Amino acid sequence: MEDFGSAALKRLIDDIPGAVTESHAYLGDVTAIVAVEKLGDVMLHLRDELDFEMLMDVTAVDYLGREPRFEVVYHLYSMANNQRIRIKVGLADPGSGAMPEIASVTDLYPSANWMEREVFDMYGIRFEGHPDLRRILLYDEFEGHPLRKDYPKERRQPLVGPRN
Amino acid sequence: MAQQQPPLHFPDRPADLEEDFERDLHTEHQVLNMGPSHPATHGTVKFLIELDGENIVNLDIQVGYLHRGFEKECESGTWYQAIPYTDRLNYNSAILANIGYVMAVEKLLGIETTERCQWLRVMSGEISRIADHLTRCGAACLELAAMTPFLYGIEARELSWDMLEMLCGARVTSNYIRIGGVKHDMPRDFPATAKDFIARIRQLLVDFDDVITSNRIFVDRLKDTGVISKEECLKHAVTGPILRSAGVPFDVRKANPYLVYDQIDFDVPIGEVGDNYDRYLVCAEEMQQSLRIVEQCLAHLEKIGPGPVNLDDPRVRWPAKGKVFNRMEELIQQFKSVTEGPRVPAGEGYFAIESANGELGFYLVSDGSAVPVKVRCRPPSFINLAPMGEMLKGALLADLIPTFDFINMIGGECDR
Repeated sequence: MEDFGSAALKRLIDDIPGAVTESHAYLGDVTAIVAVEKLGDVMLHLRDELDFEMLMDVTAVDYLGREPRFEVVYHLYSMANNQRIRIKVGLADPGSGAMPEIASVTDLYPSANWMEREVFDMYGIRFEGHPDLRRILLYDEFEGHPLRKDYPKERRQPLVGPRN
Repeated sequence: MAQQQPPLHFPDRPADLEEDFERDLHTEHQVLNMGPSHPATHGTVKFLIELDGENIVNLDIQVGYLHRGFEKECESGTWYQAIPYTDRLNYNSAILANIGYVMAVEKLLGIETTERCQWLRVMSGEISRIADHLTRCGAACLELAAMTPFLYGIEARELSWDMLEMLCGARVTSNYIRIGGVKHDMPRDFPATAKDFIARIRQLLVDFDDVITSNRIFVDRLKDTGVISKEECLKHAVTGPILRSAGVPFDVRKANPYLVYDQIDFDVPIGEVGDNYDRYLVCAEEMQQSLRIVEQCLAHLEKIGPGPVNLDDPRVRWPAKGKVFNRMEELIQQFKSVTEGPRVPAGEGYFAIESANGELGFYLVSDGSAVPVKVRCRPPSFINLAPMGEMLKGALLADLIPTFDFINMIGGECDR
């Protein structure tokens, strides 16, 4: 295929067998769905072998009622080749109030630091190995994770006093 | 006769007095709270600064004071209802955020707007970029205690906002871009007025340049402060003028041209060392380039003459009023368009534009309904602010002000 990014995707599929479970290039966005335990290998390979120097964006999507419920989405950009690739990792909801867990990529891409904190804040997804996993946009006393689809928009939060 | 005192004897004192002085001076690190509302920072952000004397040892940046739940609100309205929220991301250059979101929706819908509309979008976006850079440079001067250049900058920004007001009726939150088009064409007297205003903005930029660019105080405050190298920029995914000031000529308008940027002649300025002074120079030159782009747009719009500014697509645009009042189908379609707006095909898409601060991306997920599943904004302010702690490690406390100014963190966009 000639459309951009797919050569990198092909190499990714060939080089790390079993890592990419599914892939597509809908609307020209090259996408690879990666098994959760292979994420670190895939990111390392993308950075060191395929020249994706920049991790542009980390976010998550909550597909409530679908399995796996969460998807963590990484957008990478290669300045050397002017290519983009999207990596998605499905995460099941462990239930009973526990947080789903995924490996942090902060050691590979420092830009992930704040973005992973935001995903943790908004979706309650725990990034294993993150150096400083705190809430970032909301305050520590906030209850729940507001971008989850089962968080009602109108829900009120308890008032907290000033902290010093 | 007083008895002579014997000389004082310090048995522990070493021979070298200076060394002794150094050893005895015991200091503790001091923690300073700066913000969330501080007169020298534009934007609501709190810095927790650990200081050793005047040097920054550790800097914890606490953002989120302006969090309004942008994504949650977008996910509870229709695709159209998100456009006014995008105005309120970066309120200095609202149109650029409009363009980013709308073009991401258009990507999912698989539509491309008319030629005249594309030029109008580029023109209004570049006027916004000028306003944004003027705010950055002007406010930086003000916070370094230079009032006069701030007033020059703000007068020029008012002129660019006046142009936007002529275009869309609002100065700041413009809400001008629509899915498949723009709100309406420019008024008939816009090109002539814009030419006058551009001439005045040019003059103000010259005045600004005269008082600032080789001003000793300004240069001393900015040179070699807040330095970030090319490699660090890439690691931290820093984009926009900060990345370009470090010497990387990355601009989404050139790398992945959208709209009609591939038909426009403009240059991408880059810096050398990546300090605040380079950032100022890059922004100053980008304003000149944006003025060039606006002039090319005006010339081209004149050349192609009047034409449709909205796509003739019943999914995204309302039918003509004459038909709505006289025909049943169009009346129903109008009703459906107003109450729920377009249904976007199921799928996902990421679209990035070059905003004034860097790559502004929108990642949208649709399930085929009239309400988005996910509207993620990749905010350049947020991501550019993250490495500020490392940029300022060991620097003087006073360097924090210009560095923060030239990162140009906009609370609305950073905290969403």
